[in-house]
Parts: sequence; C-alpha cells; structure tokens
Amino acid sequence: MRGLNFDIAHLLAGSLVLVSFMQLYQDRLTALLHIFALHALMLALSVAWQAYVQDAPHLFVTAALALVFKAIVIPLTLHRIIMRLGIHREIETVGGIGLTMLAGIGLVALSMVVILRVTGGADPLAREDLAFALSVILLGLLMMVSRRNAVSQVVGFMSLENGLVLAATGAKGMPLVVEISVAFSILIAFIVIGIFLFRIRERFDTVDVGALDRFRGDRA
Amino acid sequence: MNVAHHAGAITAALLALAAAGVPLARLARGPFIFYLLSVLVAAGAAVSGALALWKGEFSIVALPIGLSETGICLRLDALSATFMVIVNVATALASLYALGYGREEKEPARVLPFYALFVLGMNLVLVADDAFSFLVAWEFMSLSSWALVLLKHQEGENRRAGALYLVMAFIGALALIFAFGVMAAGGGNYLFDAMRGHALPPLEAAIVLLLTIVGAGSKSGLVPLHAWLPPAHAAAPSHVSALMSGVMTKVAVYGFIRIVFDLMGAPAPWWAMIVLALAGATTVLGVLYALMQHDLKRLLAYHTVENIGIIYIGLGLALAFKAHGFTRAAALAATAAIFHVFNHSVFKSLLFFGAGAVQNASGTRDMENLGGLIHRMPFTALTFLVGCVAISALPPLNGFVSEWMTFQAILLSPDLPEWGLKLLVPAVGALLALSAALAAACFVKAFGITFLGRPRTRAAREARETDRFSLAAMFVLATLCVAAGIFSGVFIDALAPAINQMAGGRMPVQMSQPWLTLVPVAESRSSYNGLLVFLFITFSGFFAAFVVHALASKKVRRGPAWDCGFPDASPATQYTASSFAQPIRRVFGTVVFRAHDSVEMPPPGSMRAARFDAGIHDLIWDTLYAPAIGSVAHVAEKLNRLQFLTIRRYLSLVFLALVLLLLVLALWP
Amino acid sequence: MALTHDLAVQAAQMMLVLVLAPLLTGFVRKVKARLMRRQGPPLWQPYRELVRLLGKEAVLAENASWLFRAVPYIVFATTWVAAALVPTFARGLLFSWSADLIAIIALLGSARFFQALAGLDVGTSFGGIGSSREVMIASLAEPAMLMVVFTLALLAGSTQLSVVAAFMASNEVGLRVSLGLALIALVMVAIAENARIPVDNPATHLELTMVHEAMVLEYSGRHLALIDLAAQLKLVLYASLIACVFVPWGLAVVGAGPEMYAYGAAAYIAKLLCIGFLLAAFEMSIAKMRVFRVPEFLGGALMLGLLATLLLFFSRSL
Repeated sequence: MRGLNFDIAHLLAGSLVLVSFMQLYQDRLTALLHIFALHALMLALSVAWQAYVQDAPHLFVTAALALVFKAIVIPLTLHRIIMRLGIHREIETVGGIGLTMLAGIGLVALSMVVILRVTGGADPLAREDLAFALSVILLGLLMMVSRRNAVSQVVGFMSLENGLVLAATGAKGMPLVVEISVAFSILIAFIVIGIFLFRIRERFDTVDVGALDRFRGDRA
Repeated sequence: MNVAHHAGAITAALLALAAAGVPLARLARGPFIFYLLSVLVAAGAAVSGALALWKGEFSIVALPIGLSETGICLRLDALSATFMVIVNVATALASLYALGYGREEKEPARVLPFYALFVLGMNLVLVADDAFSFLVAWEFMSLSSWALVLLKHQEGENRRAGALYLVMAFIGALALIFAFGVMAAGGGNYLFDAMRGHALPPLEAAIVLLLTIVGAGSKSGLVPLHAWLPPAHAAAPSHVSALMSGVMTKVAVYGFIRIVFDLMGAPAPWWAMIVLALAGATTVLGVLYALMQHDLKRLLAYHTVENIGIIYIGLGLALAFKAHGFTRAAALAATAAIFHVFNHSVFKSLLFFGAGAVQNASGTRDMENLGGLIHRMPFTALTFLVGCVAISALPPLNGFVSEWMTFQAILLSPDLPEWGLKLLVPAVGALLALSAALAAACFVKAFGITFLGRPRTRAAREARETDRFSLAAMFVLATLCVAAGIFSGVFIDALAPAINQMAGGRMPVQMSQPWLTLVPVAESRSSYNGLLVFLFITFSGFFAAFVVHALASKKVRRGPAWDCGFPDASPATQYTASSFAQPIRRVFGTVVFRAHDSVEMPPPGSMRAARFDAGIHDLIWDTLYAPAIGSVAHVAEKLNRLQFLTIRRYLSLVFLALVLLLLVLALWP
Repeated sequence: MALTHDLAVQAAQMMLVLVLAPLLTGFVRKVKARLMRRQGPPLWQPYRELVRLLGKEAVLAENASWLFRAVPYIVFATTWVAAALVPTFARGLLFSWSADLIAIIALLGSARFFQALAGLDVGTSFGGIGSSREVMIASLAEPAMLMVVFTLALLAGSTQLSVVAAFMASNEVGLRVSLGLALIALVMVAIAENARIPVDNPATHLELTMVHEAMVLEYSGRHLALIDLAAQLKLVLYASLIACVFVPWGLAVVGAGPEMYAYGAAAYIAKLLCIGFLLAAFEMSIAKMRVFRVPEFLGGALMLGLLATLLLFFSRSL
C-alpha cells in the first residue's frame, strides 16, 4: 500500500503543516501574506493530487477555487487594503515567536496523539494525514490567539479553513465539497470586508465612501 | 573479608581520626598529618571495594546492635561496591588536595573532625541493608556536612546557606523515613530483605516513589528541590564542596537507585515518566542558572544540578526499558547513568579544586574580579581547562562518552508503547542536547573570564600558583578524565556487575572489541572509539604543526592588541561574566527567569557614571519556596499566641484535650 | 593487502577534503561575484591567500597565552578529523566506525569551544563580542543538528554515516515528511554554523555583522591560515554531509575498484559544485538578519527537527 501516490499525498499534507509553522514565524505583515498565498497554493496542489488519485473531478474545481480565490485574489486584496490603511508594520505578537512555535509543536503532538488514539485500525497513512489536517486547524487557531493585529487573525482563520478542506478532501467520497468550499470562501470575503468596514467606521464615524473622500490628504 | 570487617575497619579508622582531629588541629603540622591519614584510609577503602568487585565477593552480615528485633544488617553487593570505589577515590583525592589547601585553614578544629564523620557517614550509607542504619548514616552525612558549611559562619550569607541546607535535609530525611515506613508496613520489618520480598500495590508504590523523589532527589539536587545546593556548596571550603558536589549527591543517587530499582520491585512505566520529566527540567534549568552566575563556586554548584539531571535521565530511561523487559536497552541506559556518576565525580572535583586554588591565590571567587590567571597559575589553568573540556562533553574526554551513551539509549526508545513516553523521550532528548550546548557556553565563560584576558584587579595580577599537593590531586583527576575518555571500555566492563544487578542484563563485553571500540548494542548500529579519535586529533595537529613549521615561517612578533585607534589601558573594557552571558540571558533568560537588563544613562553634560542593571528572578524560589516559608512564618505567628495565655486558659486546654480523648474512646466502634 | 588498500582509500579521502576545501570557497565567491555582474577573484584565490599567510610572521598580542598559539592547530585538527569521517566519494571507509554522526558534531563543538576561548584570550571587546555571540548561536544550532541526527538515526537504524548513506540510497526509504523537515533544518543549521548570510557575513569586519570574524580578529600569519582552512573544511563537511545523506547516489563502496572510486569522486565534485552554486544564489537573494532574530531562526530549525523526531516516534506505533 505504500506506493508513491500515498507518499506524495503525505508529503503535501506535511508541507502544509510546515507552511503553517512558517506563518507563525513571520513578524511582518507583507511577508505573512506571501506565506499565506503559499499556504493556499500547497492546499490547491494537495487537493488537485487527491482529485487525480481518487479520480474525483469535482475536486479539481475545489483546487481551482482555492488557487484563484485564496492564493491570488484574497492576498492581493488584503495587500492593497493594508497598504491603504498604512498598517503594514510589524505584527505585535503575544508571548514571543519562540514560545509560539513551542506551543505549535505541542499542538502538533497533541493532534497526533488524539487522532492516532481515536482512529482504530484504519490505514496508517490516512490516519497521519488526518492528524496533519487537525494540526493545521489547531495552528491556525494558535495564530488567531497569539496575534493582536486583525489582519493576521483573519489569515489565521483562513489557514484554519484550509485545514478543514484538507481533512475533507483526504477522506474519499465526501460530497458537496465544492459547494462547501465556495460557501466558505464567500464567508471569508464577507468577514474580511466586515472587519475593515468596522474599522473604517470607528475611525471616521461613517462608511459613506463619499464622506471618506473629505479626509484624503493630497487632493489635486 | 566480609562486609562486617570492611565496615568495621572503616568505622574504627574514621572515628579514631575524628577523635584525633581536635588535638591534631592544635599542632602546626596537625592538619597535614590528618589529611595524610585520611588519604590512606580512603585509598584503602577504595582498594577493598575494588577487590570485592573484581573477585565478586559479596556478603551480608547481621549485627546484634541497633534496633532490638532486627539489629543492623550490612550488605556489600555489586552496586554498593561500585559506589564505594567511586566515593572513596574522590575522597582520597580530596584529602590529597587538602594536604595543600588545608594549610591555609584558620580554624582547623572546626573542619577536621566533621570531615572524618562526613566520610564515615557516606561510606556507611553504601553498605546499609536495613532502614535504620541507612537513615542513621544518612543523617550523619547531612549533619556533618552542615557543620562544614557553617565553617565561616561570621558571614550572613553562609548562615542563611546553612539554615536552608538544614531545613531541606530535614525535609528529605523525613520523606525517606515515611518511604521506608510504607515499605516496612508491607514487608513486616525494617530489613531491606523483607522489603525486597514484598511487592507493593500501585497506590503504595506511587507514595513511595514520590517520597523517594523528595528525599533522595532533594539531596541530589533535582529541581525544584535544589535551592539549598548552590549556597551550601559555595559556602563550604573547597575540598568539602568537591565532596558535597561530586560525592554526596552521588550517594543520594545511590539511595534512589537502591530504593527504586532494588527495593520496590518491578517498575511501572509511569514511574519513568515522572523521573524523566523532572530530570529534563533539571538539566536545562541547572545550566541556565549556572550561566547567570558570576561566583565561580555557585556556577559549579548549579552545574552539578544539570549533571544530576543527566544522570536521572539515564535512570528514567532504564526504568522505562526495565518496565517493558527490554534488558539490553535498560543495561545501556543504566550504564550511561552510572558512568556519568563516575565521570561527574571526577571532573566536578577537579573543577572545585581549581576554584579553591583560585580563591586561595586571589582571595575572591567572583569572576568579575579575576582574569589573566593563565599567566600566573599555568598548571591550575591547564588542569582546569581539562576539566572544562570534559564537563562540556567534548571528545575525546570522558564527559562525551556518557552523554553519547545516553543519546544512544534515547535512540532505542521508539519501541516503548506508552504515549506519554513517546512524547516525553524526544522532548527530553532535545532538552539534553540543548543543555549540552549551553554547558559548553557556560564553561567557555567560566574558563575565559577567570583565566584568560587581562587581570581586572590587583589581586588577580599578583596571584601565585598553588602548592604541589593541590596540583598533584588536580593532575591525577585530569589524567583520569583523559583515561576514562580513551579507555572507556575498561570502565564500562568494570560497571557490568552493578548494571546486571540493577537492570537484569548487561552491555556486550567491551574489552573484546577490536581497537578498544565502544559498541553499545551492535557494531552495525553505532560505535565510538575514543582512542582512535584521540590519536587522529593528535596526529593531525602535529602533522599540521610540522608541515607549517617546515614549509612556512616560524617567526613570531609580539605587539599590542588591536584597539581600533582608541588605546584602552583599562582592563575594565574587556568582557565581563555578565556581558558574556548577555545574549543567552536575553534569549533564554527572559522566559525562564524574567530577566531584564536596564541601562540608565546620565543626561548630556553630566559627569555621573552610567548604570547597568541586570536582574533575574528565581521563579522557583518565588513560586514554591517563598510562599512556603511565608505560610510557615504566618502559622508560627498565629500559634505564638499560645505562649501568652492565662493559667485558666491553659487549664481549659488540658480539660478540653481530656474530654476529647474520652469522647473518642466512647465513640470508637 | 586489503588493510593497506583500505588505509590508502581513507588517506585519499582525508587529502581530498583538504585539497578541495579552498576550491569550494573560491567557487562560491566566484559565483556570487558573477551574480553581481562582477568579474570576481579567480577560483584559486583562496589557495594563494593561504600560501601568502603561511609565509608571513605571526604577530601576537603582548598578553596572548600559550592557549592562543595552540588553538589554531587544535581547531584545524578537530575539523579535519571530522571532515575526514564524512563519506565523500566512498562509504564504509576503514575508520568510519570510530566516530558516528554524534561524535562528528561533538568534534565540531570542540573546535568551536577552543575558538571561543581564543577570542577571550587577548582581553579586548571584539573577542568578547565574537565569543559570546558564537556560543549563543551554537547553543541553538547544536541541538537542532542533534535533532536532525536523531531523525536520520531513527529512520536508518544507526548513527553511523555509512549505514545512513546506504539506507538513503536504497529504495526502502519513501518520500517521508520527517526527511523533508530534517533537510530544511539541516540547511538552516549549516548556514548558521558556517557563518553565512543571513546569520553572519563572512566578508566583512564590522562589529555589527561579526561573529566568526570577531573571534579571529587577533590572529595573523600562519595561525590565521590554519583557522581559515579550518573554516573552509567546515563548509566542505556540511556540504558533504548534505550530499551523502540526501543525494547519496554515486557513492562507491570501499573495495569496489578504482573506476567506481573515480565515478564516486566525479559525482561528489558535481554535488559540491551544485551545493556551492545554490549557496551563492541563496546568499545573494537575502539580507542578513539582525542578531536577535538568529535565535528565532535557529529555534525554528530546532522545532522542525523536534517535529521530525516526534513524527517518527509516533509512526513507529502504527
């Protein structure tokens, strides 16, 4: 059973965990967005590989959605927004990067112990893949908890969702994956827009774009 | 000769020495004669222990004195004999060192008798085979070393050290009394044989294990019960510090091994988890504390804590393997631990002797006031350097061999089935690797700031080399370090009977390997040859020197050091101990110690000096000891009111107690 | 006859790493220069520098001790012995069983210990900066390296490099996550230990970027030549380690015959050049980190190594 197919799937899942750790390591917002784009790219590759191996063409759509939305559109949009709002400085972390990574290791160990105890006689590689997916989810949550900046919290939430998609596609024959992916992506988009609308409103007491124009500094 | 003769001879000789100590102290050459005799006694004990080990003559003897029903029981088996050799070799060398060091002692009458009693206590612990004699000897050991710690009691710091030591020793002994009590309740009486025969149910085994960790662990210096160790070891005179750090902690390890591996019967896996967790924490915390110190002896004492952690890691792994019946792996882990016991007693004694020599020569232990001593005290510097290289676990010396074997034991542990162990063992492996690297940093600091650079004070500029006896003892220890690193197979084979008793198996015979290689499990798996590595390094070094001197220039010119254009004549501009440790303090210390550095610069134009503050908080003291001390003080204050009652109130107390007892009698079913 | 043959092969390996070490450094410098659109020094420049330094007299500070004079030889000897034990063109060398991976790392640790002491010997602030930063970096790089060794040893069942190389070249090993993590951790540690950008800048002598350069500031003449050669040997050691563990194809087995050796040597030189090129390109594309970001970098390497080991511990039970 240990063929090259399973090894590649396993490797892609493991690299997703690795990229989650890289996200925890970053202390600059622009670098974080680049790593998040990489995270979504690895997810897209992983889902595409599963589509090939399981012979499930609807997963290709999921992979394409992940690639277009999360690897390209959302990072670009966020980049423009943070440049506009001028918050592209260092992220304030709670507790220091070293401690956060140590907590990350603990979470990966915890998810391995939990999954390997709960799933009984299933295929070993599938169990490890599930453990990796749970690790990505927990690492995304850790990211949300250990940052003060709203944008990095959103990035954490999106990487958490990537972990869910990874878990879902790992199991064979999961229906409605495409629909769920689309729904999640729209949800994320609304959350991102919502955060910035609230921020704008608390700064300027209005979200009326016309009124915002008054505050622009360099009018021709 | 059996163990009774052995123990009787040692007891008689040391008691005679102790009694002779006071009158000898008054003579001018008295201390010299005393220490000379103690060298002979210790050497004799070591030789007889070694003979017993070699010939396999182990014996048990019951004496009619002591407790009424059972009397005292003495036993010399492989484990006792091995530890007896280790303890007495270190004692003999400490006495040799004291031949020179003890001449400077101002109040020898306070030292000599207690020294003999201390050695006696340690030796008797090793041969005790029943709880009573074990505890009596243990207390002897503690009390006589306490008296030695309080030698210079005029300084407040030493008084505090002595008080803390006494309290912790008392708590430890109490824990051991209860542990023996639980085991004796099951076995029927206080003899170790009865305890061995009775298997403990799990709850009682848990209680005994925890009490043993408190009792023997606190005496050896396991975190969090280590707080007494650094002040006490720093306060005592140097040969006694060497004995306390290098030997007494090992006697405590012996106590742990005797109870957990021998008396408690077949181990359960969760025992190993507790021991491993505590040992891992001890290792890293010990070396981090050591890095923050600038008092040379406190640094060495905290470093002892780290090495005890390494020993307990080996013991924990041996317990885990033994619990599952992997005898080969258990033998490897146990050998690593016991070999590290020997190695540590050798190089820690060497380092303490060097620190004592430095203290005598310059009058201070503070590294910030020393420097450049390599020019003034070349032989001390050389032997201290060998000790530093050995303790940093660098090949080809002996510290590396025991750490290498511990790593090999860790690599055998994926087969252990428990999840807790699967999580704990890699984490402990990472902690061990981290502490090894930090230990090297610590000893670069210790040797570099003390011996290298330029002298920072006049005392350092005018230091003189120590006397021949101290140097002789240090050279013997340095040679032992090198020998144990190169010919480690010999030592490991000598440890085999003790390991067989502890773990139920032994490592493959090392002497039969080609070229004196060390093969812990199988040749295809891993091997290490200290002799070849040493020969290679020496050959390459000399080859390079020969080629360079033959083909290239041999000329040397002396000139001033590079000063970037600002000639700084003051040696205060070189790195100090705290500045050397600053990067590590910033990386690790902010988390573990809440360390903070603050610089206060005077405003421009002011001629006031700037001020640099580096502070750490001992978190274990703040969270564990300070509240305990505070609550005891609080309760004592409240209870103090009982001192000031009226007569009527005292009478009513008596009356109430009487009524209460009668009630209990009435209601008892 | 077999003994002299094996001895000759081992001696050939020792000489090969010694001769190739300055060449690798020269190659890396040349590639960096070319990527910056400069001509760059010729490939043989490090050899010429070594010869020039050997001919000069050594200037010692007035208060330098015997340790200062002995350290270059000690550092060179330990690094050379360590480099000679890593398989380059053939595995299963005569003395490869005398020291395994852990011993090789510890030998490098010895070299670093003495180097740090030499930095403190003269008693100026420069040496102090170099030594204190070097031990800080080492306190995280060495455990990370040991975790990588654990990963490899758990997979291959041994800490002997020849056995590990043989295992990696066989097809028993699949594409394992732990190996990927171990490779990344090993590369990070190699960059830190060889004082390369982004951890340290090997080309400057400014205090802000000095770690290794600060420790050897007082050395000159033949001492400096030995220390430079030792640093170049260390680079070759790490490159050979990465090559023989992660790209093990082409390694001959001792006793296979001279044509297999030649093939192994050619493969080895090709791997070295590849790694040198990648190193130069990586150094060009990234800036140096500030000093207190280095512990986070190496802490990341340690975490990756620990994660790789943990994964292997868990997968044993499956």
